[in-house]
Amino acid sequence: MNAFWLATIGTSLIAFALKYTGHNVPEKFFAHPKVQSVNALIPIALLSALVAVQVFTEKSKLMIDHRLAGLAVATIALFLKLPFPVVVISSAVTSAAIYNWL
Amino acid sequence: MSRIESTTFRDSLSVSFTVGAYGTAFGAAAVANGFSVLQACLLSLLTFSGASQFAVVGVLGAGGSALSGIATASLLGVRNGLYGVIMAPRLKVKGFKRIVAAQVTIDESTAVALGQEVRGESAMRQGFWLTGFGVFFFWNLFTVAGALGAQAMGDIRAWGLDSAVSAASPGLVWPRLKTNRDRLLAVACAVLALAMTPVLPAGLSIIATAFIAIAVGLRK
Repeated sequence: MNAFWLATIGTSLIAFALKYTGHNVPEKFFAHPKVQSVNALIPIALLSALVAVQVFTEKSKLMIDHRLAGLAVATIALFLKLPFPVVVISSAVTSAAIYNWL
Repeated sequence: MSRIESTTFRDSLSVSFTVGAYGTAFGAAAVANGFSVLQACLLSLLTFSGASQFAVVGVLGAGGSALSGIATASLLGVRNGLYGVIMAPRLKVKGFKRIVAAQVTIDESTAVALGQEVRGESAMRQGFWLTGFGVFFFWNLFTVAGALGAQAMGDIRAWGLDSAVSAASPGLVWPRLKTNRDRLLAVACAVLALAMTPVLPAGLSIIATAFIAIAVGLRK
């Protein structure tokens, strides 16, 4: 089994196990505010790190290229509260333009 | 199920469609990062949690191992477990229904359910099920479209798709940044992940930032 299949199946099994476990444990175990706080912060940390790695690295090397322009445009679009398709398409068009013509 | 509250119905449907459309970006991201169309669809059907799905394809696309990908996705999936803890006493379902409820326990179904609190427990349950099934339907539908589209494109960079894929992830983070502490954490984790990239195997630099979140969350 190659890495992509392993990742697909492994992620799916654990994702369901986590969801199902949640439905089967008493609420009082997780009422502590610190648990709630960590729960809200983990996605912020991991997703921010993921964005940075996706935009600024290529095969474990830091790199600045057309993707940065795409991210900049996406950030501006998010800041202006534009709808999601506009965010993604404006980002893609900017990035493609720079990749093809610069 | 009794009469469906029209506000609850509207809330559920608009969330389902908007979030479901994100599925296009996921399908494209998966294929752009080396997953097959079938694998992309299985991830949407079985994992069914946007952040975890983007994480696993992002980590493998960056050259990380399957284990790093699974670990990052699973850390992100922990919060669905906590949503389950909140929802279970309100849904009061057992057996097969509980399995189905667990599968559709995600950010959106929980958020819409909690948003109906003023309309009573029955509206909360309706919000949960409608949003859960609604997002599931549109998310999977759009995943297929995105994956097939990306496969047809060939060189994804020429279409700006590599950037569109990265643009979808800020879309996931943005709504979570509510306080200055959240924003500071986001920037710190982005910088730290980049700083660790040359020295740590791909994927681990992302996972490592979870410890910062834990430290910050426990300190407060």
